[in-house]
Amino acid sequence: MSLTCREQGRALTARVSGELDHHRAREVMEELDRRIDESRPRELTLDLSGLTFTDSSGIAVLLRAQRRMVQAGGSLRVAGAPPQARKVFQAAGLERLIRFEPGGPDT
Amino acid sequence: MKVENQVTLEFPSRSANEGFARAAAACFAAQLDPTLEEINDIKTAVSEAVTNAIVHAYPDTLGSVTMKLRVREDHVLEIVVKDRGVGIADVEQARTPLFTTGGEERSGMGFTIMESFMDTLKVRSAPGKGTTVTMRRKIARRAGR
Repeated sequence: MSLTCREQGRALTARVSGELDHHRAREVMEELDRRIDESRPRELTLDLSGLTFTDSSGIAVLLRAQRRMVQAGGSLRVAGAPPQARKVFQAAGLERLIRFEPGGPDT
Repeated sequence: MKVENQVTLEFPSRSANEGFARAAAACFAAQLDPTLEEINDIKTAVSEAVTNAIVHAYPDTLGSVTMKLRVREDHVLEIVVKDRGVGIADVEQARTPLFTTGGEERSGMGFTIMESFMDTLKVRSAPGKGTTVTMRRKIARRAGR
């Protein structure tokens, strides 16, 4: 699992790759928190196109990122989530709460 | 239902074993020639069950988690995840969506995911004695096999 970030103006894109489970979730949350605090973006895009697996730990990561961005007056969108991850997020009803883009982060 | 094949795995409640458990379940299930979606559903449900055991059963210590994988007659995969940890006082409450006693990295959706991704889910638990989660999924026989 890896997390890499790039900034463009007030937009922050964070690419999460590999397997995101309970074993890795805290590390991802803490790194995202740190990057949000540092960059203070207006929009955070989570690029999940490199995600090979997630479980309900991914739900917790997305909800936390959403909460952090709303508190900061910004917004979150999720791009490129693979079918396995989409199915997990749909089971939790996340698509009613978070903006999902079917393509990559630049769509 | 007759058991046609089975394996039993036992491992300590370390979070590093979550990935091992779902990979092992996927390898065992491969003999039923599942689709990629079926394999992903099985991996997701196993990840939830094993993570629950690791996070909740042994909050202050390491304990043992047992996972039994069985192929039953009629192309049914059965997965039993068992711990001898603290147990669940109120199973019905624990199965309620968004209910969690875990940390921030838990969403309270584990049992909901297991129910959604498998055909059946049974949870037996007693405080101080541990928890047994039994899940079944019928793997469709595909034409041409």
